[in-house]
Amino acid sequence: MAKISASVYTSHVPAIGAAIDLKKTGEAYWQPLFAGYEYSKEWMKENTPDVIFLVYNDHATAFSLDMIPTFAIGTAAEFIPADEGYGPRPVPKVIGHPELASHIAQSVIQDDFDLTIVNKMEVDHGLTVPLSLMFGEPDAWPCKVIPFAVNVVQYPVPSGRRCFQLGQAIRKAVACFDDDIKVQIWGTGGMSHQLQGARAGLLNREWDNAFLDRLIADPAGLSEVPHIDYVREAGSEGIELVMWLIARGAMSDIQGGPAPTVKHRFYHIPASNTAVGHLILENN
Amino acid sequence: MALDKPYLDIPGTIIFDAEQSRKGYWLNQFCMSLMKADNRARFKADERAYLDEWPMTEEQKQAVLARDLNWCMRTGGNIYFLAKIGATDGLSFQQMAGSMTGMTEEEYRDMMIKGGRSPEGNRYLGEDGDAQPQHQPQGAAGKNKGA
Repeated sequence: MAKISASVYTSHVPAIGAAIDLKKTGEAYWQPLFAGYEYSKEWMKENTPDVIFLVYNDHATAFSLDMIPTFAIGTAAEFIPADEGYGPRPVPKVIGHPELASHIAQSVIQDDFDLTIVNKMEVDHGLTVPLSLMFGEPDAWPCKVIPFAVNVVQYPVPSGRRCFQLGQAIRKAVACFDDDIKVQIWGTGGMSHQLQGARAGLLNREWDNAFLDRLIADPAGLSEVPHIDYVREAGSEGIELVMWLIARGAMSDIQGGPAPTVKHRFYHIPASNTAVGHLILENN
Repeated sequence: MALDKPYLDIPGTIIFDAEQSRKGYWLNQFCMSLMKADNRARFKADERAYLDEWPMTEEQKQAVLARDLNWCMRTGGNIYFLAKIGATDGLSFQQMAGSMTGMTEEEYRDMMIKGGRSPEGNRYLGEDGDAQPQHQPQGAAGKNKGA
């Protein structure tokens, strides 16, 4: 049977992708950030899964205002990195896992989560920057990836509670997939940042770290935090953090299993406009 | 009964909800068109003519021509869409975000390196933080105000 082995949480700031692509990772500005992911790259080498279920948001790339799905699962065989206006990132194409993705869609929809099924989609920095941070610059990504896009662009975005419950349904779906494969679930985006208006540049170290503490030790309580608290405390784009609750909801302690092991925790300010947070939790 | 909008009392922040989305539909769809290299070239060659191909309001067109992102947002623009204009101009996201504060690029960059803008005084309208309406524009633009 398939099994979720670990969850990974990370910001997906586009400037991090640009720093990697333009070979600036050794610069004084970027060095402390990339140092925080050195352990993660080593851990990934030893713990490469068969599939990553990667929760991210599309930034007006695959989804314009033509269609705004709240939850969209990528069921295609492959996904091409998009041109977001600067030309496409020079990263490998993303290979999907249509069988597992369709299986999850069927199970989760029957559990009352009305996903949008996407058979053709380009993927933007929200998906490719986390892969670059965790795998570096390989010629091909070392495992398959199921993109799972969440609307956090047009309000209202799904609630933390809904995301947390969805994670639990995804765990159940993965657990009844017949192939004996290892799956990781990643939650990406955040942490505090605001990209607009006179309040642009807002960061909140204290709130972010309390979020990390609660994500580890009190995810059910954290999932009850209303949208307005994210916006007021972590900035209008800090709302992306609800996506981390999908990954956290898929961990086995939520269903009565033992608490996960915190393999790595990292926090850094700033990457461009954004506070960067990162966690690796292993199931026990 | 009207929908609950608890986010209207945050200074310097426009939440992109269904109302803003309706207002900004064509402005944002124009921005999406800039994801194609051919369209970026046509826009750069004659901005006004390119904008006139879209059923945007005259105010939205003026806001784009002025590259005033706060003005674009007031007319329904969303930052992830508007970022395509910045990308067409070769700007980074940091340059775009900073341009909405009145600070110079250097001032904004320094603020971020020093830990970013504090939420203190910037959670509710009526407080006294640097993002409040009474303190705009910030940085060099604020110092030069009225000069």
